[in-house]
This record gives sequence, structure tokens and C-alpha cells, in this order.
Amino acid sequence: MIAKLALENGTIFTGEHFGAEGETFGEVCFNTSITGYQEILTDPSYAGQIVTMTYPLIGNYGVNTEDVESVKPQVSGFIVKEYFDFYSNWRADSSLGDWLKKNNILAIQGIDTRMLTKILRTEGAMRGVISTRDLNDASLIAKAKSSPDMNGRDLAKNVTTKAEYRWSEIDTTNYALGTKNNETNNAKYKVVVVDYGVKQNILRRLTTYGCDLTVVPASYSAEQVLALKPDGIFLSNGPGDPGAVKYAITTIKELIGKKPIFGICLGHQLLGLALGGTTYKLKFGHRGGNHPVKNLKTSVIEITSQNHGFAVDWKSMDQSQVELTHINLNDQTVEGFEHKHHPLFCVQYHPEASPGPHDSDYLFSKFITMMEKQKK
Amino acid sequence: MPKRTDIKSILIIGSGPIIIGQACEFDYSGTQACKVLREEGYRIILINSNPATIMTDPELADATYIEPITPEFVEMIIEKERPDAILPTMGGQTALNTAVALAERGVLEKYNVELIGANLQAIKKAEDRQLFKKTMLEIGLEMPRGGFVYSIDEALKVVQGIGNFPIIIRPSFTMGGSGGGIAYNIEEFKSIVENGLIQSPTHEVLVEESVLGWKEYELEVMRDTKDNVVIICSIENFDPMGVHTGDSITVAPAQTLTDKEYQYMRDAALKVMRAIGVDTGGSNVQFSMNPANGKMYVIEMNPRVSRSSALASKATGFPIAKIAAKLAVGYTLDEIPNDITKLTPASFEPTIDYTVVKIPRWDFEKFKGVDDTLGVQMKSVGEAMAFGRTFKEALQKTLRSLEQGRAGLGADGKDHFEIDALSAAQKEVWIKNVKEQLRKPKADNIFYLRYAFQLGLSIDDVHSLTKVDPWFLFNIKQIVDLEAQLKKNSLSDIARELFVKAKQFGFSDRQLAHLWKTDESAVRAARKKIGIIPVYKMVDTCAAEFESNTPYHYSTYDQENESKRSGKKKAIILGGGPNRIGQGIEFDYCCVHGVKSLREEGYETIMINCNPETVSTDYDTTDKLYFEPLTVEDVLNICELEQPEGIIVSFGGQTPLKIAKALEANGVKILGTSTEGIDLAEDRERFGDLLRKNKIEHPKYGTAFSVKDALLVAEEIGYPVLVRPSYVLGGRAMQICYTTEALSEYMKLAVDVSPEKPILIDCFLEDAFEFDVDAVCDGDDVLIGGVMEHIEEAGIHSGDSSSVLPPFMLKEEKLLEIIEITKKLSYALHVRGLINVQYAMKNNKVYVLEVNPRASRTVPFVGKATGLPLAKIAAKVMVGRKLKDLGVLGFDFRKVKHMSIKESVFPFNKFPKVKMFLGPEMRSTGEVMGISMSFGASVAKSQLAAGNPLPKDGTIFVSVNNNDKTQETIGIMKEYVKLGFKVMATEGTTKFLTENGVDARPIFKVNEGRPNIVDAIKNGEVQMVINTPLGEESRYDEYSIGWAAIQQKIAFITTLSAAATAVKGIERIKQGKLNVKSIQEYHRSV
Repeated sequence: MIAKLALENGTIFTGEHFGAEGETFGEVCFNTSITGYQEILTDPSYAGQIVTMTYPLIGNYGVNTEDVESVKPQVSGFIVKEYFDFYSNWRADSSLGDWLKKNNILAIQGIDTRMLTKILRTEGAMRGVISTRDLNDASLIAKAKSSPDMNGRDLAKNVTTKAEYRWSEIDTTNYALGTKNNETNNAKYKVVVVDYGVKQNILRRLTTYGCDLTVVPASYSAEQVLALKPDGIFLSNGPGDPGAVKYAITTIKELIGKKPIFGICLGHQLLGLALGGTTYKLKFGHRGGNHPVKNLKTSVIEITSQNHGFAVDWKSMDQSQVELTHINLNDQTVEGFEHKHHPLFCVQYHPEASPGPHDSDYLFSKFITMMEKQKK
Repeated sequence: MPKRTDIKSILIIGSGPIIIGQACEFDYSGTQACKVLREEGYRIILINSNPATIMTDPELADATYIEPITPEFVEMIIEKERPDAILPTMGGQTALNTAVALAERGVLEKYNVELIGANLQAIKKAEDRQLFKKTMLEIGLEMPRGGFVYSIDEALKVVQGIGNFPIIIRPSFTMGGSGGGIAYNIEEFKSIVENGLIQSPTHEVLVEESVLGWKEYELEVMRDTKDNVVIICSIENFDPMGVHTGDSITVAPAQTLTDKEYQYMRDAALKVMRAIGVDTGGSNVQFSMNPANGKMYVIEMNPRVSRSSALASKATGFPIAKIAAKLAVGYTLDEIPNDITKLTPASFEPTIDYTVVKIPRWDFEKFKGVDDTLGVQMKSVGEAMAFGRTFKEALQKTLRSLEQGRAGLGADGKDHFEIDALSAAQKEVWIKNVKEQLRKPKADNIFYLRYAFQLGLSIDDVHSLTKVDPWFLFNIKQIVDLEAQLKKNSLSDIARELFVKAKQFGFSDRQLAHLWKTDESAVRAARKKIGIIPVYKMVDTCAAEFESNTPYHYSTYDQENESKRSGKKKAIILGGGPNRIGQGIEFDYCCVHGVKSLREEGYETIMINCNPETVSTDYDTTDKLYFEPLTVEDVLNICELEQPEGIIVSFGGQTPLKIAKALEANGVKILGTSTEGIDLAEDRERFGDLLRKNKIEHPKYGTAFSVKDALLVAEEIGYPVLVRPSYVLGGRAMQICYTTEALSEYMKLAVDVSPEKPILIDCFLEDAFEFDVDAVCDGDDVLIGGVMEHIEEAGIHSGDSSSVLPPFMLKEEKLLEIIEITKKLSYALHVRGLINVQYAMKNNKVYVLEVNPRASRTVPFVGKATGLPLAKIAAKVMVGRKLKDLGVLGFDFRKVKHMSIKESVFPFNKFPKVKMFLGPEMRSTGEVMGISMSFGASVAKSQLAAGNPLPKDGTIFVSVNNNDKTQETIGIMKEYVKLGFKVMATEGTTKFLTENGVDARPIFKVNEGRPNIVDAIKNGEVQMVINTPLGEESRYDEYSIGWAAIQQKIAFITTLSAAATAVKGIERIKQGKLNVKSIQEYHRSV
């Protein structure tokens, strides 16, 4: 079945549909990871976005029950060059297309994804629509233009958990990084995870490092969080514009200095805002598994997994309060900072990987050390 | 850390001659290392015995030594040049082994030289299988079960431990896994282990559990002094474990791993890199994975750049060797900018938005009797690679890049059957055949996969036969299914979408023409008319995330074209495609020189080639690189986009010449000698007329269009005759026939002959001397680059014989005659550029054997021997410059005072049971050069460099055929005796020798009893073998003697002329140590 992709700049791509049928809107962005489409699709940070894979052959290894970052695919739509319904991998139990269809995600294949990527690179991530229903170019472009803008959107509220819950699952796959599979979970640290759209691998990593997790909705107040008597607080990743999540910024302001805090991605951006800084939208964002980040304290380079469209403006931060710890070597943007006086640190990228390299896993143990120190 | 300033000079060790398992990729890496380290201000000293390399061009290093790569010679160079460091990671196993030997002999310590790029401990940990295995287990990684053995008894014990066959056997420290194998039963096991113990320099063999059928992967890794580690590329082998990676179809990136599995492998690769301790540079780590449960084993790692790193560099645009060289002198990855984006650092992992497929090329037809089953020992001689936005496109493009007459995955009229034409019974037979074939890995199995699906086998069926991953099989089935669908249409009624789909699946116009029963040009015209033309995408290391301007492109059928034509005047040079016997690095050398030269002339120079090993496909070499198949379709597409002033077809060997006429017919201007001139030289009749008109002698010849013809022609010319098909390179299917019977046999078996493909028959001049001339002609003048005299007599392929420059026995008067004829021919053929003429001299009469108005295999040798860059001069002449204006006419090769000898290197050590004698069909894979001030020393050096070291003393075994029982032989043998050698001979030869005053001890032939000659060789009683065979028939005796000689690594000589030459070398060796001198020093004296 024919499907069309229309961008707000007026570009139309005609391809073939797979997954669900219908029509979908979102901010069109691209991800340069060669592997990991299932993790990407289930990453709640992609809520509201249509993801293009720059690697052209997708679906090769199917989907399985283990490589998920949330209970279902979260993207608004999916774009690939060549989709494979036929898959080959011993862990796979379904084709990608069937799984997307079941989860009502519309996908398009057969378009020049490199050309699309170049448009997004030069003009910036932009709104788009994929449709199998409406194949009228003018109508589709108009729809793209009138779809909601990512700027100013609080999407965390859509993907956060509705109710508080405990998490104790460690990574049980053969491919768990670093630690052995059969390591027991003798949880030593009580951690509250504020869920703005948390990736499950963050939970698995924290648990594997010995944390007893309570995952709470994004709307929890500082009081509610502290009432759980945590040893540490984790601020998760999530979708949308950090500036729009005003309630979270208020909560975080109150939490700073009370307990050790570790933030990833949106959590990092919210910490920046809570500490008086500003964030801005990157032209086309960082999405992929090959971004070089330099740890300024050790000079070591980490190859990192990234997925963000906004960044913290370092000039806006109070330098007497915070220290820059990580920068992106491609464009020198802020990738991590820590507080000079409080036990608080955060990174823009994804040490939990999934998908992506495991180079930055040490950050979880840094969090543990921080909590250990506070306990004493 | 910035670069090191405590070291000022660096010695780089090259890889020597092209052999199976070690090819142009090390010229590519070495050239990059030389360039980049020189740019950094280091003094570069280079040793490589291979004159056909770009890296040995005098301008690439400060001191270039074309000397044998042995510890002794490298020590002499160290003593003379006193380098601060040695970079041993650019020259393959040869360089690594040499570095280890130098360290062990205390040479490094003595001269205070540091190994950079990989330290001794790291090399040992990676290379010593036992140490490697221990290290892997320590870091928690698994390897196949098994162990190291040093005797048959130990081996049998290990086998008991493993419990079941098949068993893999790998000798330690051998190149390309040579001497290894897979044993399916105890008998086979014993025989392979026995051979492996001999082949291994440490007499160590690894006996291991088989992981046949597991998936195989490779990761290219780089690490710097700050412990930053990055993966450049992942590679998945299409062929499962059991087939050497060099013989496997490989695909980048890995296709069937989830991110979890990939990252698990990445973690393992990082661990391996750290545990082995490669602290600066690139390495590759191989893994195997059980497709049923994901269990992963480490197979091996190479602590150096490799064939796969060359492939990964070309596949991603990340220049591994260049960056590795920078890391070796202390830079860290974040300090080096990404070569392609310029803005981002090298400390990232490339990501790609296309698929790359590499397919090896084998030359089994040149080695009668060789087992063409693929296994753990590499047998291929070259490879081609292609890019595509789909795997299917990349696969089919690679298949047509291989130049084995195929236009893609079949559907080109060359298949074993047309499926529609098969009866039900025939289908049954074919199903049986195909299944039988697919059970064993064979060179042409890729086509059998196609047959299997055509015959209705399922993916599961084929997977269980081949263990090829079902995902790959699915893609092949998609191609086959589309083919069936396309076949239902014709050119006149094909729907546009289906046409586009066919192109996106990689179907060539030639395949479509076959399917639609029309011709290629009709398909092309129709395709263009409806606007289906390829676009060119950029190879940019980052999947378009960052802007880049690197002019490195591949074609695909997609929407946006990224290759923009510039306004500059431009020329295209066509490369030589995959390496094969007869066409290798020599032609790439010429192409690279052509590029450099035209860039000097102000041309935007565009390269088209599909061989990932080469310097010509380094995007740094040219102004613009198209990594594309060298077919009419693909080249025309580029010409139509680029609109070049002209195209050069005479540098890349036979590959570009084959398509020259078709290109010209489509309006492309051929630079240099016209296709008419090329044709004139190839066309026997017209060329014969030209020779007669110019009163130039040639052996009698004729052309036959049928078997009957051939016999008549031969009768008229007189036996022996030299027969061959027209238009071949490297003497494919060329043979000398002494009798009518032999000729009819040849005509029946060896070739298909038709009016379009006539057979050429020449009178064979027995015992004639042979000469080669390389020259450049601009229409007004001819510049003679050099006249080379062959050591072997006429009848042995010029690519296989050793040649000497300047000639060592030719009289001045005859030399002048050869020069005069060369000039006459150059003018008569209207040559603009290079010309190569081959001559024979018998009874003081000069005959022209062959003229090729194009780059020859000897152009680089002439360049290195004399310092005259012939190919560069030729390129300038092709675009209209005059020799007079270039100021080169004062050059006279006769003023060269030093002697250079080119010696050929053969792959016989990879092919047991293949006869080891030289003939008119070329079988050498590479060459070395010996250079010195005397003939004897150059002989000794060239033999040593070729791995055929001449003995100083001991016993020589002699067996000569009846024709060679002459006074000449007696003379030669007397010289050996005078030098103190003892002689051992077969009964017949002993009788002949003793009767003529040469003392000889008789020994049994192999079938005469024990101890026989093979026993004597194995027992180390023989130091050199002289064995001249009669005719083309090889007896069991002969190859078993040859094989024993190879295993004992003793000199093996098969012609009397070579025996006579060897004496001179031995004489020189006995006079004392040979010395070394850089070619810059030699050239200064010219």
C-alpha cells in the first residue's frame, strides 16, 4: 500500500507502508544507530516524534520480548529505506511490521532516507505527517504545518507512570553488560526514580548496581518524593521541551541539596533549569550510538548513546555552583555537569545504552558511591 | 598528547611480494603511513622487496630500501640508518614476524630502536595461540575447546578430549592459515597435523573443536595511548565458520545482530584490545557465534592493520592505517580530525547508511588438480567490493565487479541452465546436483544458491545445506523471485516501478537485456528515456549527520544525487578491478601514477575502481573517486554525469581495454593510443602485415577458427607451437604443443573456439632468449624506459620469468636493433603513451613476439630500477604533452650502472599436488626485486626476497630431462662442484653426469624404493633442487619433490638457465656479506 510522508517545508516522499495503516503526526528526526531499532521504538523519549533510521535495512533481526525500553513502542511514526518482514535471530519472536501493526504504529519504507536526513540536518528537525489515507500532497503539507510544535510541549505528562511502583528486575539477558547475569540483587540503596518517560534499562542498571527502586509519576512533589526516605533520587530521561515541564523544575529545586541526585537526558536538562540555567533546541538534535563525549575530569573519551533535541546552555549556568564535566566532541555542547557543593550530577547522554555502547556505565557506580558517602 | 618529539626517524617494514593472503592492502596501509608520518616531519626509512608498490616510490620516503625483508637485511639497514623507531604494523604478517625476530636477536636493543604501534609483548600475546587463549580465558571470554600440540601423539590426545569430528587444525605463525585444514576422520587428521607441524616455524599446531556452521563476525578496533577505544566497522561473513575470512563473502555492517548482541561483542573486542595490550593503532578481532543460542567465541585477533582493515577503511571512509600511524607517534584519537568531515574528531565510531559486500576472486583454473573446496586456508587471489543502498544491489554490483564474465547473480546467459527450459526429470537431476554442490563450500556456490531457489528449494532447505544465515538467503531469494517476475515482461511493456525495482535490486542492463531478449544498449536507451538513471551517494563516515565534501561516491537508484559536476577540465582513469594472476598491483601502480600526473597537469582526475585493497581506491589519491564496477554500464553512467575531456583505459590492464570500444561507441573519448591502434596490435593478420611492411621478423603464426583449422595451421608452421585464445592476459589457457596429439587434446579440452573467439597459433622458438621493452611514444619521439633480459628462455610466460635490467648478455648491436624496432613499432601503431614489446632472439636473430600499446606489468620495475617514472610521463603524453618539452629525452637506461633483477613469486605452497613448473601460462602472484652493483649479488638478493634462499654449501639434487642432458648442463654442474657442492641425482642423471666428469651420488626416485629423494629432502640432506621437467606432463615424482622442497624451504629450480644464474648468486654469497643501499642513492647515480 502506498504511503506518503509530508514535511512542513513542503517536501513529499512517496513510499510503501508497513506496520499500521492510517495517519500520524510528529516531529521528524533521524537516528544514526545501525542496530537497536526495537529499543529506539520503545524509548518514551521519542514520544511525539517520527523516527527515521539512517541505516537502510531495518527489520533484519525481528523483535523479541527482551529488548524493550517500555511496554510498547512510543514513537509517532517510523521511516526506513528497506523494511524486512523476514527476520533471522534466535531471540526473535515476531517481525517488526507485525509488532508495529499490533501496537498501531504507522511506518513507511522505500524512500530516500539519506535525502530526508540531509533535509533535517540542514533545515532542522521539523513537523511531518505520514499517511496511507490521504495521498494529496497539498493537504498533507497543510496537516504537517498545523500539527503541534515540539517547542513548549510537555510530553512527559503523557508517558510518565500513572502510579508509583516498585522495580526489582535486573537485566537477565545473556547480553547484560558488565555484570554477570546471575548476580543477586541485594539492594542496598533506596532510590526514587522520577519518571518523565524512563527507559527500562536505566531501571535495570540501577537495580543491578544494588538499588531498590520506587518509580514515581513526574508530578510528584518534593515532599512526596522525600516521604519515601530515599538514599538517592534519580531524574529520568523523557520526551519534549524541558522548559514546558514547569512542575518538575519546581520539585527539583526543592530536592537539590537534600539527597544525592543523578539525572539523565531530560533529567539533566531539568536540573539545568532548576539551577537557574536555560535550555535551547538543537537544530537537529543528537540521536545515535556513536557520539564522542569527553570526560573533562579524566580526559577519557566515551562513545555514547544519545537521544536529545534540547541542550543546556552553559553560559546561562551559575559557574560558581556547577562544574562542566562532559562535553560532546562533535559540537562542543554540554553533555554533563555536577554541583560544586551538593551531591548532584547529571549527563545529557545515555549511560544505560540500549541501544548503544556501554562505555559510560561507570556513572551508575558513581551514583552508588555518592549515596554511600551520604549514608556515612 | 601531541606527537612524540623524542623520535626523529622511523623505519617502516612493508609486506614484500603479493602472495595469497597478503596483497595490495599493505601497499595501501604502508603508503598511508609513509605519507602521514612524513607530513608530521619524521624521517622515513622504508624496506620492501616489492618494486610494484606505490610505497616504494622514491618520493614517499627519505630512504627506500628494495631489499629482502629478512632480519639480516633489516639489521643492516638499522645499522646504516639508525632509526629511532620501527613501525611493524603496516606490513602484514611479514613485517610483524620480522620485528619479532629482530627483537629476539637483540637487534632492537643493540641499536636502541623502539617498536611503535604494537609492542613485542602485545604481538606475542596475539600471535602465540597458547598465550592468546590463556589471555582470553583470563578476561572471561571463551574460545573453542582444544589445545596446542607439538607432535602427533599429543594431537591424538587432544582429539580424545574433544571427542568428535570435525576438528580444525591451525599451524602457528603461518601466513593466511597455510598448512591448516579441517579433518573429518582420524586419518585425515593425522595427515593435516603432520603437514602443519612442518609448516609452522615453531612446529606448533592448534587442534580445536569445530565451530563449522557458526556465524562469523569481525570488528575493526582502534586504541590510543589514553586507552580510548573505538570500533570502526563491524563485518558479518556471509559464509559461516569454516571458510577463511579471506575466502568468504563479507558484508558490512553486521546484519543479523540485535544491539544487545552487537554491544556484547563490542565489549568483548574492547576487552581483547586492552588485554592484548595494543596501545596505539588498529587491530581486528574475529568472533564466532552459535546461531541457535548466541554463544560467542573469540577466534583470533591481529594486532596490526589487515586485509579487513583496508576493507573497513574503504567501506566507512575512515582511514584506519593513516590514523593508526598517527596514534603510533603519540597522538590521541580526539586530537586527530575526522578525515572526511574535517570538523568532528577521529574519536568517534563511523556509522554508515549503505551496505557493502566483498566477494573474493579465485584463479583455480590456473592450477590443474587443485582442490577448489574452501576451508581454513585462504586460496583466493583478489577481491572486489561494491556499495548499495540494499544488500541485493551491493551483492549484484560486486558480482559484476569480479569480471568473471558474470553480469550479476546469474540471469546473464552464463548459467548452467535456464529454468524454463528444464524438463521435470532434468529438474530432479539438477536438484540433486545443487544439493551436492552446496554441501561443501566452493568458489561458485553463490550461483548455486540462485539455482537452489529457482529449483524450488526453501530457505530452510538451503540453510541446512550451507549454514548461510537465512536473512542472506532471503535476500537472494528476493533477487531470484524478482528475476522470474521480470522475465514475464519485455522491454516494451515493463512498468516503470518494476524497472526501478530491478535496478534497486542491482540488476545490470546486461541481465535485463538477457531476461527481455534484447541487447544491453536497447535496455540502456529505454531506461534513460524514462529517466531511470543512477544517483551517486557520498561515503561520509556519519550517515549524513554532518556535512562533508569528500569526493567519494557510489551509485544507487534512489532520489537525490550528491555528486556534483565541477566546472574544471577533467579526465577519468579506469582501474584494474580485482587482483588476479596476470593483473595485479602493477596496474594499480600505473593508475595511481596516472592520477598524480594528470593532477599535476591541472586536470580534475577521477578514478573508477572496485578493488578495496588498492591505493587507487584511497579517496586521498584522486580528486574524485567512484567505487564502482568497471563495466560499460557503470562507467558510461559516470561519464554521462561528469562529461570528462577523455578517459584513460591503458593503465588498468585488460579490464578497461575490454570495454574501451563500447565506451568509444557511446561517445567517450579515449585518451592516448586509439582503440584502432590497440586493435591493430591485437589483430594477428593486420599486425602481421604491419610487421612485414616494416621488415620486422616474427615467429611464424596462424589463426584457427576450428579444431581442424588448428591442426592444418600447426602443420604449416611446424612443431612445437604455442597456442592460446585471442585477447587474454596472463597467458590464460596458453600452452606449448610438441605434437599433433597434444594440440588436438588442447583444442578439445582447454578452450571453446569459435569464429568470434579464434585460437592463435605461433611457432615456438625453443631455447631462444627473451627480452621486454617498455617505452613511451608521443608521435614525434620515443623514450625507451628500459630493455630487460629474461633469465628463463622464451616459452615461459614473461610474467613468471625473472628479468634483468639492463640486459646482462646482450650485445650492443642487438640492443640497438631492439631499440630501433621498438621505435618503428611505436610510430607504426601511432602510440600515444606506453608501449611494451616482447622479443625473442635465436641464432642472433631478433623476433617480435608481442606488442602491447598499454601499461605493462614491468612499468613499476623499470621505474624502481632506473628512477624514470614511465607511467607518469605516459599520462602527460596522453593529454598532449611532448616528451621533448617534458625534458626526459636525455634519459638513457644504458647508463644505469647497477643491476636490477625482478623475480616472480608463486603460490605453490598453498596448492599441494599442483605441478610447480613454469610454462606459457602465468601463475605467479607477485614479484620482488634484487638490486646491487653486481649481477651475482642481485641474483642472491632476488632469490632470498622471493623466499628461495640460495645455499652457500651442501648437496644439490639434480634431475634433468633427456633434452637437457647437454654439455651446457655439465658446464653448470661443474661450476657448482667448483664452489664445493656435492651432487646427488636420479639414476639416469647420475650416469650422464659421471660419464661427463661430474661426481654424483645416485638416489632412488619416489617409486623406486627407500630412502628416496623425498626422504633425503625431508632429512635435510639436500640444500637445493634442480629439476627440469619434460613437456607439460608432470609425474607424481616431480610434484612430490617440489612439495618437499617447499616444506623444507630450500631453493627449487626448474630451468637450466635459472640454475646457471643461481651459480652466480652463490658465488657472490660465498665472497662475503651482501650490502644495502637505498634506491634514492642508486637513482642519484643515473
